[in-house]
Amino acid sequence: MSAFLQHTFDGLVSGAFLALLALGLSVIFGMLRVVNFAHGAFYMLGAVGTYLLLTEFGIPFWWALLVVPLALGAFGMAVERTLVHPLARLDPLYNFLLTFGLTLVLQDLVKLRYGTTSSPYGTPSALTGTVDFGLFDFPAYRVFVLSFAVVACVAVWWLLGHTRVGMLVRAATERPELTRALGIDVGRWVTPVFGFGIALAGVAGVLAAPMRAVNPLMGADLVIVVFAVVVIGGLGSIFGSVAAGFGIGLVQAWGESYLDQWPIVAQTSVFVIMAAVLLWRPAGLFGREEAPA
Amino acid sequence: MRKRATIVCSVALLLAGCGGGGPQGSSDSKLSGDRIVLGVLNDQSGVYLALSGTNSVKAVQMAIADFKAKHGGDAITDDITVETADHQNKPDIANTKAAEMYDRLSVDAILDVPTSSAALKVADVAKEKKKLYFNISGATTDLTGKSCNKYTFHYAYDTYMLANGTGKTVTEQGAKNWYIVYPNYAFGQDMEKSFSAAVTGAGGTIVGKDATPFPNDNFSTFLLKAPTLNPKPDVLGTMQAGGDLVNLVKQYNEFKLREKGVDLSVGLMFLTDIHSLTPAALAGTTYTDAWYWNFDAENRAFADRFLKETGSRPTFAHAANYSAALQYLEAVQAAGTDDADAVVKQLEGKDINDVFLRNGKIRAEDHRVIHDAYLAQVKPAAEVTEDWDYVKILKTIPAAEAFRTPSADCKL
Repeated sequence: MSAFLQHTFDGLVSGAFLALLALGLSVIFGMLRVVNFAHGAFYMLGAVGTYLLLTEFGIPFWWALLVVPLALGAFGMAVERTLVHPLARLDPLYNFLLTFGLTLVLQDLVKLRYGTTSSPYGTPSALTGTVDFGLFDFPAYRVFVLSFAVVACVAVWWLLGHTRVGMLVRAATERPELTRALGIDVGRWVTPVFGFGIALAGVAGVLAAPMRAVNPLMGADLVIVVFAVVVIGGLGSIFGSVAAGFGIGLVQAWGESYLDQWPIVAQTSVFVIMAAVLLWRPAGLFGREEAPA
Repeated sequence: MRKRATIVCSVALLLAGCGGGGPQGSSDSKLSGDRIVLGVLNDQSGVYLALSGTNSVKAVQMAIADFKAKHGGDAITDDITVETADHQNKPDIANTKAAEMYDRLSVDAILDVPTSSAALKVADVAKEKKKLYFNISGATTDLTGKSCNKYTFHYAYDTYMLANGTGKTVTEQGAKNWYIVYPNYAFGQDMEKSFSAAVTGAGGTIVGKDATPFPNDNFSTFLLKAPTLNPKPDVLGTMQAGGDLVNLVKQYNEFKLREKGVDLSVGLMFLTDIHSLTPAALAGTTYTDAWYWNFDAENRAFADRFLKETGSRPTFAHAANYSAALQYLEAVQAAGTDDADAVVKQLEGKDINDVFLRNGKIRAEDHRVIHDAYLAQVKPAAEVTEDWDYVKILKTIPAAEAFRTPSADCKL
């Protein structure tokens, strides 16, 4: 029983990363109809930025958790204004290619400066211990990551559900044409929303720095799973991406621990689920068929 | 090219024979193109950049300088240069670059070539072009097994040496129960097989083994499982490398497995890996090293020069590149020609001691270069008093035990 709880907890922690990243992707897709392929690169920048703040400026983890997402959010807004926006009127494929290219550029810039070996980053000293849950204990840092991610997701959900801005974003996400027809200036919110999505990727990156290898390619591998998560949850569905993020984290953890005789099954489960969901509900578990514009 | 070399050689011989009184035709006329060209083909932009890469080119240049200094005016030639290329760890690129080096850049010997699949491709090219090839950073035993050939030498290490060194020695020292995790691709699967064989051969037990996704950033499932296995493993053997190894070690520390009595052994680790993970994160970890820079005064003197040239201490791959270049040049000097067959004859069966090779021998049967290997352990942070001096050597594994006996699959 305690082993099961441990694996469950562990699944939720990796799910937390997926959820944060999927949430950002979903918000961006909903508002801009842009599939942001560079999301993994921004996640990587979050982790590299955290490392950079510590080594170059001596700024510790806790400040990085505030500074890095803000800086990345601002950078994201600049990217939206200068690169994504001018292509918005063209076929979506253009922005897909743009963000794909952007990924390669960002990765190689980091490679140029830091090489491809991983940079060291320790666990913040306050969180190096373990937390005793009675039946099992768990690294304190992971408990923090999970709590922080849950709080972040709830905050975003509240923001979208209970503020005027949130309502506009939801309206624009789900029925963009109709929202415009009601005289709401959707365009005004596009840039901040893009920046916000990128900031969420930055948060995930900062959280990853103490527990994962910080190197230029760390996002490239993860983003593929995140795309599967978003597809399963339903592109553009806020709740769907969060739920699917945590769900896939659990499936992976359970799969790896209980199907260990068949590592292939555990390793491909995400994509098998994605394929099944696409066949059964092409719009994803929580997505809605796109209304004809 | 070889044809021309042969003609040049025979003409030179003829002249030397008939001329009698004249100055002994300067020996460089026996060299193709009157010069020696070494080629360093390795990863100069990716994951293996730090452990070998461009600094290996510098190590080879150091070998050339030392060769010239030693032989002075008697050196077979003064014109020794290095060509270098980035194979990006891709077999197809390695293939093209190797052919280009031999054919167009008149490279006499190719050195290094990490990534097993690329290493094997270059062995094929060397065989086809009948030119020398010293593999240094590739791990696969196939280079001296079913893919061996007359012109290929495997210099520094291989999967057998790593598994045998760590698996056997650590088991003999009392860690009987092993839990092995390995990345699910060729290198990892190879390593797992060799490791399991070494551990069980030494009287140990594999209490569990798991294939992990590759690449992977989350090893917590396996780390949670480790202490719950029955019987509890004494040691976790990881075959991960590069970024995956960093992930695993960070998480191993997070889950406090050492405190729970599960030690860590790493299949393949380079000095640069310890540097980037920090010795504190790896304290107590054991692994097999082919060479260590602070092992004795001779190594240290080399490492000091290397530090001055590159700004970092040499990994075993750097030292092995230096050694291979030096021994190749010595063999050419001794043979009096760079004709590949003559140089191979010089090298085969030769006993060598140099800064890298201790009790070294180039086996004639399969071209495996055997030498002493070392079981190393990362020092606790408190004992690290000097940058890059991260490990202590627990045991020297004698050359004869460190490598496998020649494989029946190898027909030179």
